[in-house]
Amino acid sequence: MASRGALRVAAQHKTLVAGAAIVAVVLAAALISLVWTPYPIDVLSVADRLKGPSPAHLLGTDQFGRDMVSMLMVGARTSIAVALLAVGIGILVGVPLGLLAAARGGWLDETLMRANDLVFAFPALLSAVMITAIMGPGAINAILAIGIFNIPVFARVARGGALSLKSREFVLAARVAGKGEVRIIAEHVLPNIANLLIVQGTIQFSLGILAEAGLSYVGLGAQPPLASWGRMLNEAQTMMALAPSLALYPGLAIVVTVLGLNLMGDGLRDLLDPRLKRRTV
Amino acid sequence: MSGFFAVEGLDVDIHGKPILEGVSLEIGRGEIFGLVGESGSGKSMTALAAMQLLPHGAEARGRILLDGADVLSVSEAAMCRLRGRRIGMVFQEPMTALNPVKTIGQQIAEGLVLHMRMTRAQAMERVRALLDRVGLARARVTPERFPHQLSGGQRQRVVIAMAIACQPDLLIADEPTTALDVTIQAQILALIREIVEAEKMGCLLISHDLAVVAEMADRVSIMKNGEIVESGRTAALFANLSHPYSKALMAASNHVPKRAKGPAHSPANHGLQPILSVRELVRAYPQPRASLFAKSPPVVAVNRVSFDIRPGQSVGLVGESGCGKSTLARALLGLEAPNGGAISVLGQDPHSARGATREVVHRAVQVVFQDPYGSFNPRHRIGRVVAEPLYLLRGEIDAREARERVAAALTEVGLTEADMAKYPHEFSGGQRQRIAIARALVTRPKLIIADEPVSALDVSIRAQILDLFADLRARHGLAYLFISHDLSVVRAITDDVMVMNGGRIVERGRTARVFDHPRHPYTRLLVAAAPRLEEALAARQRIEEAGTG
Repeated sequence: MASRGALRVAAQHKTLVAGAAIVAVVLAAALISLVWTPYPIDVLSVADRLKGPSPAHLLGTDQFGRDMVSMLMVGARTSIAVALLAVGIGILVGVPLGLLAAARGGWLDETLMRANDLVFAFPALLSAVMITAIMGPGAINAILAIGIFNIPVFARVARGGALSLKSREFVLAARVAGKGEVRIIAEHVLPNIANLLIVQGTIQFSLGILAEAGLSYVGLGAQPPLASWGRMLNEAQTMMALAPSLALYPGLAIVVTVLGLNLMGDGLRDLLDPRLKRRTV
Repeated sequence: MSGFFAVEGLDVDIHGKPILEGVSLEIGRGEIFGLVGESGSGKSMTALAAMQLLPHGAEARGRILLDGADVLSVSEAAMCRLRGRRIGMVFQEPMTALNPVKTIGQQIAEGLVLHMRMTRAQAMERVRALLDRVGLARARVTPERFPHQLSGGQRQRVVIAMAIACQPDLLIADEPTTALDVTIQAQILALIREIVEAEKMGCLLISHDLAVVAEMADRVSIMKNGEIVESGRTAALFANLSHPYSKALMAASNHVPKRAKGPAHSPANHGLQPILSVRELVRAYPQPRASLFAKSPPVVAVNRVSFDIRPGQSVGLVGESGCGKSTLARALLGLEAPNGGAISVLGQDPHSARGATREVVHRAVQVVFQDPYGSFNPRHRIGRVVAEPLYLLRGEIDAREARERVAAALTEVGLTEADMAKYPHEFSGGQRQRIAIARALVTRPKLIIADEPVSALDVSIRAQILDLFADLRARHGLAYLFISHDLSVVRAITDDVMVMNGGRIVERGRTARVFDHPRHPYTRLLVAAAPRLEEALAARQRIEEAGTG
């Protein structure tokens, strides 16, 4: 019965299905690259440089003779890992901050939210460039730089959701049942704002992939020999006239992945937003 | 009957599901026609059909005649010329019926400019006259005001001014006073009646409240499940109800639960130690600062309130919205700390008690809220919902006993053990209120604070829930603090009553004494404003006899 329900949901939410399918393909490529790629990407082979598509190299090779399919797979892994961890930082730090602000109110709420506004006031990508430039380039620093700007986003979503639940009668009933703040948050608030967080998480995930691509493009993201879509674009730049397809593939990978995530986010919003749900019933 | 407006054999389907079946009615000029029914009976759908504002996917058949022309067959463009011009509508919720970013003058003038081809200046002239007509000029409400600057009753007057701006032939009022306090309700009803008579309009008054309809309407139809079960002249109809549903509705409206005789209700219990004792309780909210240097005085929501509740005593607390009754309830439940005075539950202060004492205090006082939809976490099953207060007994009872207690509480309120596995949305409003009561019962409390527990329910369901409260009290010797704006509900279920106004308790005493012989002017006002079915019907009877004789 559950699967039949899932099928009906799928039929009603075509954008969700399309987005999820794209994301699933990228995710699968990234996961497979952990154990297998068609060719190793840390072995340079000048003899095979700039090959066109062939059965041996489906998308050809770059100027160092590395297989493009393998590079894209590892690049997907880098992008997803960086964006996912950055979203993780945002949720793990931002959600508790937002909940704390909502639960306590008063000057604490005011201070936390103004600090949030302060972070929002910085241009995120430029500040991330600055942070990685100071702390040194690398995947870990890119994660931190992107993650910091996810914190206020999740803090806001969590605070807004928690505030609207705070005066609901089932929360009051839980307080009459003697339950403490932490327990009420775990039992009543988090499950009811999870949908908001999931939707926001998808959106931040796609922004994270763009940010990672941007940082590696200017050389501040993942360092060689690790492949990254942004870095591939950068390296392809010098070969633009000779082999334009080298820039085309990673560029397309970024566009399609971000599109897939945005479609999935929109679809999830339709599926999980109770106001929209009520309208369809 | 010279009906200028008539509905003949109206059927409405929504996505093939029948909503209305064979609805017929006729309204004459200067006549108020009442349409009564419980939620889902199709009374609002009838009004929407007359306005051609049916929801998407709805299909109407039959005829709706306005001066002989069928409204159902005219084009949307012609309908737009009709709406507001020939048919005006007053909605239930005055806040959402007004646009918050436009002044009330602009909103009233909208129809005048559109339908009457008035210039701005002419329209504004007429707006002033209309504000005077609905009694707002006296209150110095100018057209430049915004909706949020007005009280609920004033907003509803603005909505009425909008509805009558173009002097329509038919005024449809859909639950026009349901969102208002009784004293305001009386004023708005008087205004509608006066306008209908003076302007010779026809009025279709839709209400769930038999007393309101009996007071207002010349003729009445009773609706159930999309069909009219009975119609007639008001007094004659109510005197000789023939359909079983109308009889049941009438009985439920006058329902008084049977009082169990027992020691718990005799004056002897006045010797018992009170469960709850409140002394000089004050709860004030800070206001935003008036200026950088001057603090605004706080709003005092509860002002030096004192009372006791003894075991088995049922106490009512009546008052209008904003009088502080819910704030008082929250303070008693330990949800909001008071700013002054003392609360004592079984000799303990719920706000300063900690640890085991605190749990004993909370166990003794449980709560039932108003909204049967908002009181449960939608993601929890009923078993978990009802078991929630057992958290207060953690360590004392094991999982098996907890389960038994939940099952017992559900049986107690007329549900079954099997309902534990269901989710809240699988239940109707009345059943949900039973679940809320089960949740309050599960710790075996001594006092239940019920904040408007039947206000959101239909009359027949309301009667059942009131019976349940009375029954539980008889069986367990429970004490109640019954908070309500509805005097008939409080009269039906309480021994003693307190009347609250502006944060103070202005009158208290035995319920029958307070309502039959009110002493404080505010209580008198409240009692006089509350529509009483019997009295309204008697008055109606006299009018009808004078009319025929």
